[in-house]
Amino acid sequence: MTETLLTLDQVGVAYGDKPVLEQLSFTLAEGEIGCLLGPSGCGKTTALRAIAGFEPIRAGRIRLNGDVIATADEQWPPQQRGIGMVFQDYALFPHLTVAGNVAFGLGSLSRSEAHARTMELLEVVGLAGHADDYTHALSGGQQQRVALARALAPAPRLLLLDEPFSNLDVELRERLSGEVRDILKARGTTALLVTHDQHEAFALADRIGVMAQGRLKQWDSAYALYHEPNDRFVADFVGEGTFLPGEVLAGDLLDFELGRRALHAGHAFAAGQRVDVLLRPDDVLHDDASSLKARVVKKAFRGAQFLYTLALPSGATVLSLVPSHHDHAIGEAIGIRLEIDHVIAFA
Amino acid sequence: MDLPIETASRSLPLAAKVKRRWLDERLLAWLISLITLLPLAVVVASLLKPQGEVWSHLGEFVLPQLLANTFWLVLGVGVGSLLLGVSLAWLTAVYDFPWRKHLAWALALPLAMPGYVLAFVQIGLYDYAGPLQGLLREYMEDTRWMPSIRSRWGVILTLTLALYPYVYLLARNAFLTQGRRALEVAASLGLSRRQGFWRVALPMARPWIIGGLTLALMECLADFGTVATFNYDTFTTAIYKAWFALFNLNAASQLASLLVFAVLVLVLLEQKVRGDRRYTSAGRAGAARPERLPGWRGWAAVAYCLLVLGIAFLVPMVQLLRWAASVAAEQLDLRYFGFVGRSLLLAAGSAVGVVVLALVLAYAVRRRHDLSSRLAARLATLGYAVPGTVLAVGIFLPISWLENGLINSIKALGLGQPTQILQGTLVVMLLAFAARFLAVAYEPTQAAMERITQSQEEAAASMGLGRRAVLRRIHLPLLRGGLLTAALMVFVDVMKEMPITLMTRPFGWDTLSVRVFEMTSEGQWEIAALPSVAIVLAGLIPVILLARETEKQS
Amino acid sequence: MKFRPLLIAAALTAAAPAFAEEVTVYSARIEALIKPLFDAFTKETGVQVRFVTGQEGPLMERLKAEGANTPADMLLTVDAGNLWQAEQQGLLKPVKSAVLDANVPAHLRDPGGYWYGMSIRARTIFYNTKKVKPSDLSSYEDLASPKWKNRLCLRTAKKVYNQSLVGTMIVRLGEQKTESIVRGWVNNLAADPFSDDESMLKAIGAGLCDVGIANTYYYGRVMQRDPKLPIGIFWANQQSSGTHVNISGVGVTRYAKNEKGALRLMEWLSSEKAQNLYADQNMEFPVNPKVKPDARVAAWGDFKHDYVNVAKAGELQATAVKLMDRAGYR
Repeated sequence: MTETLLTLDQVGVAYGDKPVLEQLSFTLAEGEIGCLLGPSGCGKTTALRAIAGFEPIRAGRIRLNGDVIATADEQWPPQQRGIGMVFQDYALFPHLTVAGNVAFGLGSLSRSEAHARTMELLEVVGLAGHADDYTHALSGGQQQRVALARALAPAPRLLLLDEPFSNLDVELRERLSGEVRDILKARGTTALLVTHDQHEAFALADRIGVMAQGRLKQWDSAYALYHEPNDRFVADFVGEGTFLPGEVLAGDLLDFELGRRALHAGHAFAAGQRVDVLLRPDDVLHDDASSLKARVVKKAFRGAQFLYTLALPSGATVLSLVPSHHDHAIGEAIGIRLEIDHVIAFA
Repeated sequence: MDLPIETASRSLPLAAKVKRRWLDERLLAWLISLITLLPLAVVVASLLKPQGEVWSHLGEFVLPQLLANTFWLVLGVGVGSLLLGVSLAWLTAVYDFPWRKHLAWALALPLAMPGYVLAFVQIGLYDYAGPLQGLLREYMEDTRWMPSIRSRWGVILTLTLALYPYVYLLARNAFLTQGRRALEVAASLGLSRRQGFWRVALPMARPWIIGGLTLALMECLADFGTVATFNYDTFTTAIYKAWFALFNLNAASQLASLLVFAVLVLVLLEQKVRGDRRYTSAGRAGAARPERLPGWRGWAAVAYCLLVLGIAFLVPMVQLLRWAASVAAEQLDLRYFGFVGRSLLLAAGSAVGVVVLALVLAYAVRRRHDLSSRLAARLATLGYAVPGTVLAVGIFLPISWLENGLINSIKALGLGQPTQILQGTLVVMLLAFAARFLAVAYEPTQAAMERITQSQEEAAASMGLGRRAVLRRIHLPLLRGGLLTAALMVFVDVMKEMPITLMTRPFGWDTLSVRVFEMTSEGQWEIAALPSVAIVLAGLIPVILLARETEKQS
Repeated sequence: MKFRPLLIAAALTAAAPAFAEEVTVYSARIEALIKPLFDAFTKETGVQVRFVTGQEGPLMERLKAEGANTPADMLLTVDAGNLWQAEQQGLLKPVKSAVLDANVPAHLRDPGGYWYGMSIRARTIFYNTKKVKPSDLSSYEDLASPKWKNRLCLRTAKKVYNQSLVGTMIVRLGEQKTESIVRGWVNNLAADPFSDDESMLKAIGAGLCDVGIANTYYYGRVMQRDPKLPIGIFWANQQSSGTHVNISGVGVTRYAKNEKGALRLMEWLSSEKAQNLYADQNMEFPVNPKVKPDARVAAWGDFKHDYVNVAKAGELQATAVKLMDRAGYR
């Protein structure tokens, strides 16, 4: 196992009397890319700024590489933490050229070393040809890359990225996020990203934390967040899905409209309890042979697949991803089958 | 580059578009610069009539020493006001210490104190016959060993204290608007706050600092009152000598032209060096959270601010008040309501008018960004580099030609026997103030304009806003701080202004500065203290307003 | 009649009632010194006086620029040098008046009648009474002698009063002699030249220097405020040329609209009843020989004037300035 680089332990931040971050704890291993995912206002950017040293913390401690860099009583100033940051608005220096921006944090290197490092990073981000341009002449994507190169140049122990792609269009966002992951992985850079876009999180991060109202709900892999959410908010926020009412039976079984299934391990429900069952679109398969019928209420074309919204006899709806050559009309009743071993349910 | 905005206006009917064309921004910029260019042309036209004899005399006996004196003065005041202005602005913008908010606005107060007033107060206080040395002489034999305030360092100190607020106000505005992001980025790249100052804050504040410095140095070069009180001969001394002593206004104008050219070259050089750089704020606006200076460091900051404030304002003010109190009984009468009222009216009217002109100029430069508009703007602001009295004549001459032409044609047409039409009206006064103080309004306006990003304009234009709407809804709110600074500085400068007021005021239109002139011309400092105090007090109002506004912004 | 178009500002200018006779004055003498006089004149004659104050140079440029359309009827300024320049530049108009000839001695007015002195200002020697005996003093020239080394204080050479003083010395002594005297003064200076007479007198009182040259009315003002100051007045050159005197004076402008009114005002100013008011305001001496000076001024004693016509100083002003530049007198 690789070593732990960043540890947050019960960290709390408040603006005045208003707590914005409470009991935030997670760890990030060397070389790993983490992500804090959540809706705006959930405190994820505050967490990032606390790690960078721009917000004093009120409780807990932050550890980097074994050093305690922040407690409620003592904070290392940002410049001593060795943490790089890419800001949402890039914050490029308008009075410097592209190369000047990238070389900005290389004060400890000699002039020729700094130049070599600058050019190397501009090469990496594909902007070697723009070294002498002023930043206002660049496109949004180019500015983003300059910001990344600038943050990477001093080889920070940890790189923080605050909504790095939110100012870009969707297409560019997808391409760049792949590129950025490749660059970070190639350099072995440990990074923590903040975003409200789960696709961005899935594309970039090894581990993702979902946050809501200043608290971390779950810190896990993308797969686990999707298939094994431990919180109703997480289940709702990550991926698509619907909830069906069900009843807990003895022997870890669950009974609901689409049949009986085993409950996920470690649940804490009592027999007879009414719960809501999470069904992802990929849990519900289309099967003409099935006796279970549902009526098409809505359909969305997704290229390879249709996403059907189907009404069950009870009136409750489920989602189903179906290969797109199965084109059914709205109102049509189609057969469905449940493809799932253990179901996730919430009280 | 301004395509999106063009797109917005493209939807206008053709007729409207054509109609608009002739009065585009560039033409407007040149029209405004005419206000300054005409008087300047009058001054520069003097070069056509060589005055060999006066020149050879001045060249041999006067100019060498004066040029050296001027050099040291400009250097000293430049370095001094940079050091004071930038350090105080930085201290009050990014650090927190006791009374910071109050000190922050108080440090702009010396702006309200005219340089010539500060000069006679300083001399009155610290010279051999003054109270300080008098007190010392009660305990010691003699105080002749003390350095004389009436010396090079005395002038430099006095002018620095009078002029540093230009740099202070503009630099502070820059530090407060450059965005906390800039310093955060620097910190995330391993720079301490001090390093961040040198590498980020200072370079990003460059247009502001240069703007403030330009104002301070132009005023320093054109100053006569202060240096005359110290009997320190500078280039302006030669100008006045040629005119008042040798009765050769032509030679005086020639000397003044040289001054104008020197300033023009310096200003254009600076623009050249600035090149393609931009100075929008880096990332989201908003000032950095002031960093608490703990313990003795906080009190050291307080002490530094108080020291500057004390020497530049508090002590002189106490002296002025003492003098004023000693003559108030016989001098203070109901007429002071008139003096104060007229001063305020003139100052406020000019502030509004000149700031509007400066805004149009800065807007034209931004929209066009071509050499022609930039040159127009630069020329329009040169009036500040000409000694006031010389510019006053330059303003008076074209107006007189116009006036005489009008009167004569009215007489020729048999329409009446007028004696005065334009002259002796406030319109002429306001135009004259515009010619003199456009620079004062332009520098902060232009610097603030630099902070507006093109995408902000484009975003507005893309929402279908026309040019004027963009100006009203984007530029004006974003420029608020800069425009207020500009208005304040013009206001205070008009309150203090003497030569143009003297020459162009209507009959009976005496103001506070006219009062000060009358008393100081007779060396009656005590009596002059009364209107001086009134000028300072009236100047306090906008200074405090501005300070509040700046705090609100941050 | 006046013609005023509808300018916003026109309403704000001080429009005098059209029916009253009015004299318009451009004055380099400050408002506090002239307003009481004009008020008295108006009260006596019903003629309104409208005036604007300013510096001599700009006022003359203003007259010149306005040309035939100038509203000014009369120019009032200090120092014969300025009046002489105004005449040279064609800004004044000669007037003849038996009253003025009788009231103003010949050496205090222009021979051609372009301008007339209205008050006398004497520029003489002052000394620190604790350090200097009056018997040590004699003349302006003597202040150049080495015995005054590091004991002399002077006002700046840029002030017209000093230029006129040096101008009259050139008349009497010639350029060469005068230049060596001015050099002697500069060598004897105890401090940099002062920007005004009052500061210089206070420096004498404080003991920074022992002797200096100033106009008498500044002395009057300083002593009035602080009678204990050890400063004495000494009438210079009584054994030779007499003390240097200059004037404040008036002239009718070339394009005066109300020449008669201006002349009437001038005659009134030189009259016995106005002379005291005019001169006493500023502790100057009346020009009219029939009028006694103010008691404070009379207390300084009688003295012999330098009878060189003050116009001569005007003529020589530029020469004097250049001479002082050469001598290093700032």
